[in-house]
Order: sequence, then C-alpha cells, then structure tokens
Amino acid sequence: MRLVIPLMITFVAGMIMILQFFVPATQSMGESLQEWYMIVASAAIFLGAINLLNVHIHKIRFKAKNWKYSPVTIAGFAVMIITGLFLGIEPGRPFDFMFTQMMVPMGATMFSLLAFFVASAAFRAFRANNWRATLLLVSAFVVMLGRVPIGAMIWSKIPGISEWIMQVPNLAGQRAVMIGAAMGMVATSLRMIFGIERSYLGGAD
Amino acid sequence: MRRMLFVLPLLIFAGVAYTQCAGCPEEELDGGCENPEPCGDCFILSLTAEDAPNDAGGNIEIAWTVATTDAIPDSMLLERLDSSGEWIPISTLSPIDGSKTDANLIDGSEYSYRIVPFYSGNAETASEAVSSIPQKQWMHTGRIGMLITLVIISIVIFYYIDQGKRGKDLYIRRIAGLTAVEDAVGRATEMGRPVLYIPGIMDMDDIQTIASMVILGRVAIKTAEYGSPLLVPTCRSVVMSVAQEIVKESYLQVGRPDAYNRESINYITDDQFGYAAGVDGIMVREKPAAIFMLGTFYAESLILAETGRSVGAIQIAGTAMPSQIPFFIAACDYTLIGEELFAASAYLSKEPKLLGSLRGQDMAKLFFMIVIVIGVLSATLGQVWEPVAKIADFLKTITTVE
Repeated sequence: MRLVIPLMITFVAGMIMILQFFVPATQSMGESLQEWYMIVASAAIFLGAINLLNVHIHKIRFKAKNWKYSPVTIAGFAVMIITGLFLGIEPGRPFDFMFTQMMVPMGATMFSLLAFFVASAAFRAFRANNWRATLLLVSAFVVMLGRVPIGAMIWSKIPGISEWIMQVPNLAGQRAVMIGAAMGMVATSLRMIFGIERSYLGGAD
Repeated sequence: MRRMLFVLPLLIFAGVAYTQCAGCPEEELDGGCENPEPCGDCFILSLTAEDAPNDAGGNIEIAWTVATTDAIPDSMLLERLDSSGEWIPISTLSPIDGSKTDANLIDGSEYSYRIVPFYSGNAETASEAVSSIPQKQWMHTGRIGMLITLVIISIVIFYYIDQGKRGKDLYIRRIAGLTAVEDAVGRATEMGRPVLYIPGIMDMDDIQTIASMVILGRVAIKTAEYGSPLLVPTCRSVVMSVAQEIVKESYLQVGRPDAYNRESINYITDDQFGYAAGVDGIMVREKPAAIFMLGTFYAESLILAETGRSVGAIQIAGTAMPSQIPFFIAACDYTLIGEELFAASAYLSKEPKLLGSLRGQDMAKLFFMIVIVIGVLSATLGQVWEPVAKIADFLKTITTVE
C-alpha cells in the first residue's frame, strides 16, 4: 500500500499529461494539474526559507566549521525580507535599491567569471594531443576567427567556413544529442508512469 | 460679352468638380478624385466563422477580407448576435484583412457574427451574417503523427522490458561515466571527504531534474554503504524536499537511517548565479572528493565545473542541454551526454526490466536513424525523380508536430 498509492498518483498524473497533449478536450485537466504544481511550488518556498534559516542557525549554535559566514547569510536574508515586506518593493525603495545595486552586480560578477573559466577550460580542451583534439582546435580556431573582423581581412572566405562549421557539423551533432535525449525522456517517462522505475519511492528492487 | 459666355460654362464645371472633390486626399486632387459612395456590405468581400480547430472548445475563428478599390471605412465593428436577438459589439477592427478568435463561448450553441463598417462615425450597411457552433475536439489532428511515433516507441520499449523480465541477455553498451560512480564514491570514502551532488538549477517539472533525482537515489545508496557524507545543495525548494525524501529512503533501504543527515540537503537560492556562488563556496570550503553534476544547467555549468576541478575532485557531469555539454566535456572527468543521463538510473540498478527499457530506447533510436536516412535519401532523389519526393513529404507530415 505504501508504494501503490504514489504509483497510482504518478500513473494518473502522467496519463493526464499525455492525454491532454493529444486530446484537446482534456486540456483543462492538464492545466489544472499544472496549477496544482504551481501552488505546491509556491508553498514549498516557505520550506526553503525555513531550511535556510534552520541550517545556518544550527551552524551558529554549534559553532560548526565556517560558522562565521552564517550570520552574514541570515542578516542578508532578514534585511531583504524586512525591507520588502514593510517598505515595499517599488522602484526607489530600499529593497529595490539593494536588488539593483547589490544583487544584480553580484550576479553579473559571477557571470563575468565565466570568461576566465572559458579561457582555462579552452586551454585544456584545445591541446593537440591526438588527431581529434587537433581537429577540435583547428575548427574552434576557424570559428573564432570567422566571428571577428580580422578573420575576413585575412581571407574573405573564413566567415563562410566558420558559419558552415556552425550550421552543418555542429548543428548535426546538436540535433543528434537532442534526438537521443528525446528518446531518453520518453523512456524515462514511460518507466515512471508505468511504475517500472520506482527507486525514487525507495522500492527499487 | 461673347468671351464672358465662354467663361461661364468653365466656371460651372469648376464648381461641380470642386464639390465632388471636397474631402478628397490632397494627393488625389491631381489625378482626379472619384470619391465613391460609402458601401458597407460591398467593402467586406468575405466573412467566415468556423469552429477553432484542435482546441478544447469554446472558440470560434472569424476571418474576413476587404476590398481595396471601394471607399475605405474609418473602422469596423465585429458584432455577435446574443440570445435576445440583439447585435452586441465584441471588437473594433482595422479596415484590413484579418482574423479573430472569439473565446469563452458555450459549446454546442450557435453564434452569428457580422461586421459593420463606419464612415465618418456613421454605421453603414453591415455584412451578411455568418454562423458557427463551437465544439471541443477529441483528437489533435496535427499530432496524430507524433501519437503513432510514440506508440511505436512504447511498443519497442515494452517489448524489450518484457524480454528483460524473461531473463534474456540484453547487451547494453558500457557507459564510462556511470561505471565510475562507484569509484568516485569509494575515492571520497578513502579520502575522508564528502560527495557533492548538484541536481541542476531547474524545478521538479523538468524531466532532467526528475532523472537526476532518480540517480541521486542510486548515489545515496552508495554513500550510505560506504559511509561518506553526501551534500546536496539545491536551487529549488521542491527539489530540496524531493531530494531529502529520496536520500532518506535510500539510507533506509541499506539499513543506515542513522547516517542520514537531513541538513546536508539544503536550499540555497533560486537565483542562478547566487546558487553558483553558493555551490562554489561549498566546493572551496568542504573540498569534496567527488562531484556529481546531473540535471539541467545553463551558464553556471562551467563556473561549477571549473571550481570543482580546482579543488581536485573527480567530476561526473551529465545533461541533455546541447550548449552545456562541451563545457562539461572540457572540465569534467566523465560526461553523460544527452540520453545517457536518462539511462543512468537503469544502468546503475542492473535490474533486468530497467535494462530492457534501455535496450528498447536504443532500438527506438535505431528506428529513427533509419527514418532519417530514408527521409534524406528520398528528399535528395526526389529532386530528380518526383515520386520519391512523396516519401519525404509523408515522413515530414508524420514527424511534424503542431
């Protein structure tokens, strides 16, 4: 019984979602299920917030490893909530100021780190150890060259070759991955809907 | 005096011409203005009302075309006949060809529509009324091809699941990344460091996150058996709740509920780069020996993978996002590409029926490869021999989804 009810719920919900895709008359059922999910997800935000506080209060209380970062997290969490709830979130308010002047730049800083990580990853990936790595290196070099003005200045056909690499072999590879992934998605969905895969319920074997 | 008699008809002609051209656009004065009479019903060339196709009912699609040579009205009003027999306006239209969907109607009831053109604010003769009855459809005609495809795939998968159940030996190709899972957890145990599991940044309504959660269950069994700490920072609250339950079940399954630590599966933030910063911090502070990155990733993939590499962890990544796969290949030790992510749970379980589904998945892929080859060949040969092109058209029709 412990497994039967969750499996039945999974089966019914899964079949409704498949059905509503092919049978327009049942679309409202699918929409209702999606609305239910949104309600559950919204309620779960509180769980997340409680978990965050719980973990960090626990760290401070027991002076766990690196506990000194936890007061900063809790303070940031509290300040954002208090300013948002009591002073409003409209432009010009402290919440909006902290979001646009602190959160957004910090996010942008993290994103900009990507440039350095791309450089270090490219350095490793483009080492011409064998013929495949060499092929990768050459094609990447041509693509990069074709995307900057100096490429066309060196040879007018480089941008065309670059575009061909992106649109033919690269796109073919991407589509192959996507078709394979789609097969995997169908198989995973069928396994879960029909209760063949039940490890997530703790009853794998 | 005779000259004056000659001028008089000219003046009369000019006066008549001026009267006719009053209100005529400036540019038409040179070429002569026709100033046709406003004509509502002859301006609207056609008006059709049809039940909206492939919908859940309650919609009627109204389409109209207008004449280009007659007097153009300032605006038009689309009207619907209500139950009391009165025409009620439902929308103001521009005097050009167009279409509109009238929504929230009652299925099975007949609705009539007409268009009334307005000239200088005055309503002219309305178009002929047209009627239709909204109905819900029981089959989406644009998705029949996909339904057939899905049925074929399902039959193939279920056939091989049955073969697996019967104990038939099914060859499954070796996936290096999955074979390394046990080694990675073992390494973490030997080094006395934790295992870090990152389930991507999407919510539980994403199939990759669902696949990732299933794999988490398998990894948690290994960490429970080996006694390694397992850290699961999540980006979504629902994912956190699901992960906590899955890990708990896995620890119970191997008889180690005492080793389960609920707080090691925690929520960080919904913000993409905030999450990346938080997980990077965990990597640098906790120095995990093994990192699993399985799920949906976007721009944060390389930030996480490179940081993980910098702390010397063995990294196993997997995603079906084609744009992130190269980053994982460059920065991680093992990468599950696309379908391998979905195959992971079955592969790790070694359960015959799950392995059968993997075999079925591969066979379905083979079927599509054959379809693609036939499609490419028929489309190419169809350029020189037309009958062959019909095969390509047929394949295109059944594989196109609306």
